[in-house]
Order: sequence, then structure tokens, then C-alpha cells
Amino acid sequence: MTRFSGWNVFWQGMTGQKGWARQWRDPQPKSHYDVVIVGGGLHGLATAYYLASNHGIRNIAVLEKGWVGGGNAGRNTTIVRSNYAQPGNREFYEHSLKLWENLSHDLNYNVMFSQRSHIALLHSPGAIDAASRNYNTMRLTGTPDAEIWDLDRLKQAVPHLNYAADARFPIMGAAVQTRAGTARHDAVVWGYARAADQLGIDIVQNCGVTGVVREAGRITALETPRGRITAGKIGFAVAGNTSRLWTMAGLGRLPIESHKLQAFVSEPLKPLLDQVVVFGMGGSHFYISQSDKGGMVFGGDLDWYKSYAQRGNLPIVQDVAEAAMSVMPCLGRVKLLRHWAGVVDMSMDGSHFICRTPLDNLYLNTGWNYGGFKATPASGWWFADLIANDRPAPMIANFDLKRFERGLQIDERGAGPDPKLHG
Amino acid sequence: MIRIPCPFCGPRDHAEFSYGGDGSITYPALDAPLEAWHDAVFLRENICGRQVETWQHVHGCRLWLKVERDTMSHEIYSVTPADPALAKVLEGGE
Repeated sequence: MTRFSGWNVFWQGMTGQKGWARQWRDPQPKSHYDVVIVGGGLHGLATAYYLASNHGIRNIAVLEKGWVGGGNAGRNTTIVRSNYAQPGNREFYEHSLKLWENLSHDLNYNVMFSQRSHIALLHSPGAIDAASRNYNTMRLTGTPDAEIWDLDRLKQAVPHLNYAADARFPIMGAAVQTRAGTARHDAVVWGYARAADQLGIDIVQNCGVTGVVREAGRITALETPRGRITAGKIGFAVAGNTSRLWTMAGLGRLPIESHKLQAFVSEPLKPLLDQVVVFGMGGSHFYISQSDKGGMVFGGDLDWYKSYAQRGNLPIVQDVAEAAMSVMPCLGRVKLLRHWAGVVDMSMDGSHFICRTPLDNLYLNTGWNYGGFKATPASGWWFADLIANDRPAPMIANFDLKRFERGLQIDERGAGPDPKLHG
Repeated sequence: MIRIPCPFCGPRDHAEFSYGGDGSITYPALDAPLEAWHDAVFLRENICGRQVETWQHVHGCRLWLKVERDTMSHEIYSVTPADPALAKVLEGGE
């Protein structure tokens, strides 16, 4: 494998770009692995990578039913932030952000992580108070870049928002995290896949799990179209399809529901927006950033009803367009290039699960709601730690399936146990 | 857009309705053990395929409905009032 470096880019440029090898192999699955990760998305690939790099386990397969980067990894809006206030969440996402900051070097792959600030607009004195409480909590617990901006500062940074005093929800300030930003989602998948492959991990695409063979309290094998695969340990990291695998393993019900979330990209524009801007007010929700290609990347609420279909509905397109016009009226004549939907694993409290399961050798990673993309490095890091050491580290102690039985809900929005409300 | 045939108002766009959730849950008695309440409140079957769910026709008759819908194709198989007594009246019973 040719490493990416300034010298190699120069040398390949001089020699007709003929020395680049393919980025990862296309192996036939073996009949046995020490660890099998089901799901070749961001979290599955990151888990495999950290199992090899942090824990020295090399005999690993990642099984992907489609192609890597074809699910939610390629369908998100690429926002990375750690503005969480609940114990557990805030440490986890801050750890993730720190991993993001060195990810390109770590993977030897430019993930185009751009710390361009995440600006959440505030529209009332009450909202400013609530955000101040959360952002002060962040500052006190290890996230130093949490700031509350007044209107003057905000107008300087983003002059082209709708600051009309007679707007339905006039902008009064913003809660800002300056180390937050965006990354190139495809590059993250490819970077993890390439780095994992280099450590000897088999990435097996077009290989969905069709059956789970159980014996007493263990999974002995997975049935796939490419043969039966046995494994010492098995990790599920399949986002919206977790319940289907869970049912295949005969494990009953889970505290998650599958919903679909849409995302949108416009035609490419000249540089227009240097930050991530978020608008959330009552029933309206909108977030936007600009990709390096120039497309405005944005999204809004869930489609609101449970669904496994990777296609969005039109009322949400209208909602998002209306929110866009109320926040950034200058987008009015911009043409929409594409919109799509991904199936997300919405949990009962809006927080995730990285935990052991009722089966001895099965481990679970699910419940990422809206925010799986930014969690990728920490999710892989701690899921690998759990699988390798067979015990939850303190960082993920409360992210188990039993927390509701203990009366604990890690509910950032305070929305209650209804999955569709945790957007 | 999903079209939901409301038994009172006729076929309407789903934007007129508010989604409730899994309609197969039966909530336990108030004095049932905590585990029973935990299961009803927090655990979901999360079916891929035909499931029963509740919708409220908020911009129409305002009644809660039980809708049998495919969560992959979004095809709707049946719509009945969530209130069993009302469902019986519609069926022509007493």
C-alpha cells in the first residue's frame, strides 16, 4: 500500500499516477474469525480498526450487506460537535472530537476535518439562559470552546442571516462551539476501511447476515450468502437495521425504533457559509453547512413516522425549505440538487448503547439517533475496548440496555421515552 | 406522501395526521410490577414489514386511528378507529 504523503503525491504526479494500489482488498471470507463485526459503516469499520490498532486483535472480518459507505455513512450531513451537557454524553463526545482532531494523521487519509464552528441560533431570553447553562456545563467538564455570542458578534461572523426584528422568531444570539465543524463523510469511511485493511482486517462487501446460529447462551455462527462464518466474538453495528438482526438472534425487543431522516444538497455555489448554522424553534428544525465542493448541505426533522425505507417524504422537503427561507432568505433561488433519506436507530432517550447483551459473545452498538456521524471515532474506540476486554469501561458504563430498568434516561432534550422526539 | 383512508373523513394526506407510535402495545394495570411498565414504555418490536400503529387525524375528525401499515413499502392495509366501541358502531354492530 502506498502511503499518502506530499512526496508520494509529487512522485506519482511525475510518473503518470501509475503507482497507486487499490485502497483495500476484496477478500473471500474465511470460515472462522476471532471477531466478526456486522455492519461495514463508519462505526463497524472504526471498531475493527481500533480492535487491531489498540488491542492487537487482527483476525477480524467486517461484514457489509451492500458496499462500505452506502448506508448512513454516505447519507449524513457530516456535522461534528461535542455540545452535550448530560453526564456520560459530554465526556464521550468530547473524546470523539479529540479523536477527530488527529484522525487524518492517524489514518493517513485526509478526512477533510474542518473546525469551522457550530452556531446554534437562539431566539428568546429563555433560550439564551438554557443554552448558557448547557455551555457553562461544557466549559466546566472539559470542553473549553463553548461560547455564547451576542447579536453583534453573530452579525460579524455570519452577516447574511435573516436578522429582521419582525421575523416570526427574531435571532437574539447564538450558542457556539468553535472546535466543532464538518468532515468529508466518504473520506472517513474510506480512511477507516483502508487503515483497517492495512492491519489485516477482511472487509467483506455484499455479504449481509441472513441467519444467526445460536447454541445455549452463545452465537456459534452467522449465515451469509457467502457461506457460514463462525466467530469467537460478534459485534452488531448496523444502525437502523439492529432490530432485524436482534430478532434473527431470537433476542426479542429493543429500546429503539427505526425512523428515516432526510438530507439535502443544493447545486454548488461560490463560498457562502463558513460555519455550521443550526435553527431549532418549536416545531421547526434546520441545519446547514457548505461542502468543499460548494453545495449547501442541509437537513431538518425526521419524517415523523416509523420506517425502514431509505426514501424521504415531500412534506418534510417543504418544511425544510420553509425553515431555510426563514433563516437564510438568500437561498431562495438556489436549486436543490438531491435529497435522500437514511434509516436511523432512534432510541428511547436519544442516547446510544455500547454494551454487552444477553448472549455471552455478542456485543451491541446502536441507538445513535441523529448523531452517529460525529460519534464515529469514540464509538469505534469504546466498542473495540468493550469487545477486547469484555467489560464496559467507565466511559460507557451507563450506555447499556438496562439503564431504563435502573430509572436512568440520558435524555439531552428532556423529550421523554418517544423515539421520534429525539431529533 | 402516504394517503390514509380515514374511516370518517375519507382518504387524506398523511400530513393531516399526527403519528402516535406502535399500536400493538397494551399498557399494564396501574399497580402492575415495574418490569411490566418498563417493557411497555421502553421496549419495541420495531417490525420491518406489516405493523399496527396509531395515528391521530389532527387536521380532520381528531380521532385516534389504528392503522395497519408496511414500514418498508408504506402500503396501508387497514384503518379502524382506535376506540373499540366506535369501531364496532362503524361495523354496523351496536
